[in-house]
Amino acid sequence: MLPTSPVALARAGVAYPGGVQGMAGVDLTVAGGEILGVIGESGAGKSTLLSVLTGEVSATSGTVSVLGQDVGRLDRAGLRRLRRDIGVVFQGVHLLSNRTVRQNVEVPLDLRPRRERSAEAVDDVLRFVGLDQRADAYPAQLSGGQRQRVGIARALVTRPRLLLCDEPTSALDAATAGEVLDLLRDARDRFGTTVVIVTHDLDVVRDVCDRVALFDDGRLVDVLAIAPAARRERESYLDRARRELGA
Amino acid sequence: MTGQDDILASLGASLVARGDDLIEALGETAYMLGVSLAAAVVIGLPLGAAVYLTRPGGIVPQRIVWSIVNFLINVIRSFPFLLLVVFLVPVTRAVYGTTFGTPAATFSLCVVAVAVYGRLVEQILREVSPGIPRVAQTLGATVPQTVWRFLLPEALPGLVYALTSASISLLSYSTVLGVVGGGGIGDFALRYGYQEYDDVLMYFTILVILIIVLVVQAVGQRISVRLDHR
Repeated sequence: MLPTSPVALARAGVAYPGGVQGMAGVDLTVAGGEILGVIGESGAGKSTLLSVLTGEVSATSGTVSVLGQDVGRLDRAGLRRLRRDIGVVFQGVHLLSNRTVRQNVEVPLDLRPRRERSAEAVDDVLRFVGLDQRADAYPAQLSGGQRQRVGIARALVTRPRLLLCDEPTSALDAATAGEVLDLLRDARDRFGTTVVIVTHDLDVVRDVCDRVALFDDGRLVDVLAIAPAARRERESYLDRARRELGA
Repeated sequence: MTGQDDILASLGASLVARGDDLIEALGETAYMLGVSLAAAVVIGLPLGAAVYLTRPGGIVPQRIVWSIVNFLINVIRSFPFLLLVVFLVPVTRAVYGTTFGTPAATFSLCVVAVAVYGRLVEQILREVSPGIPRVAQTLGATVPQTVWRFLLPEALPGLVYALTSASISLLSYSTVLGVVGGGGIGDFALRYGYQEYDDVLMYFTILVILIIVLVVQAVGQRISVRLDHR
């Protein structure tokens, strides 16, 4: 029987052609409504984990269950249906540059049957990310933080039960990154979304995650609960600069 | 009378005598360009997209399909156009029942338009950030949805600009079609200017062609810039 958790991996591994082991023997369960951080150095297997969860890469051993479905057993159409129920936030955002903010956010709905499209869902999610006043702007007219908020709105417009984030704040300054992380936490609080954040930034984990999975050399080496005491008051970029760089 | 007056008088006389022919030639050129550009968009665009999609490492790698289409596009583009027209004579005859006249001559122009625009489309799609098809895939888009909802909107300004360039090349190609009775403005310039030694009329016709090119270029560039929000 498949687990009811949004994400469950059992002895999951990925061996790439040529014998490179992307991931090996990973046992990991993410509870509904949880925010899980995934950290590790480059090449530790974080990106492989995300690719396995979206079905872009197939596990070559073990099982991977996402939203109650065994990803390895899905055919192409099944994978497409599963992906439409998952939100993904990318490091580079990758918005359509010749489409407005609203049109970019609408894109996931456009892929669905007409009866499932809703203009209110778009308005609602644009208000949620605070960009309802910039709905007619083009991505080039936005700041990096605003573009990432559009990326989050695009990922949330279908109200996915699972949100996967690939280094969502790495291109942003600390204050803007904080706003983006607040949004991810709000998404969990408001919609009950389960969130998996792949990052190399310990501050991200400390600020929003409930637990963190530590990857090294393709293996899951530890899963830690984040102690509430570890969370810090958020400080502005300049305050942090004064504190860390000042004499 | 000054030399300038002589030239104007000569041009005036030529235009009185040949004006109707010139307008007819312009109509033939418009027909050839219109039909071949339509072929470029209707057939060349999907063909270029197919090469992009099926290439090794593409979204739906299909080595055999890719090799065949890619080879055909290369072969057609490397033919000197006049020889392509001659080469296609049997096919043109089979399709139109004749090889003579504007519609039949347009056939070979369509073939070249499809190949030229197809290659341009493929190159423009290659320039789209690889992140865009990846987003499409993770959002659960089908291949047609990836093309229509992601790749074409992202590439649209480039595609419009490429169509402008293609139309200018086709105008140039079309001047050769007088050889097979295709008519058109290029044929007009050759017939009256070259064969009947009416230099003034020939230069005037070339000026008309130049103006057409400049107008097409300006309009295409304007539309392309208007569509581009990068």
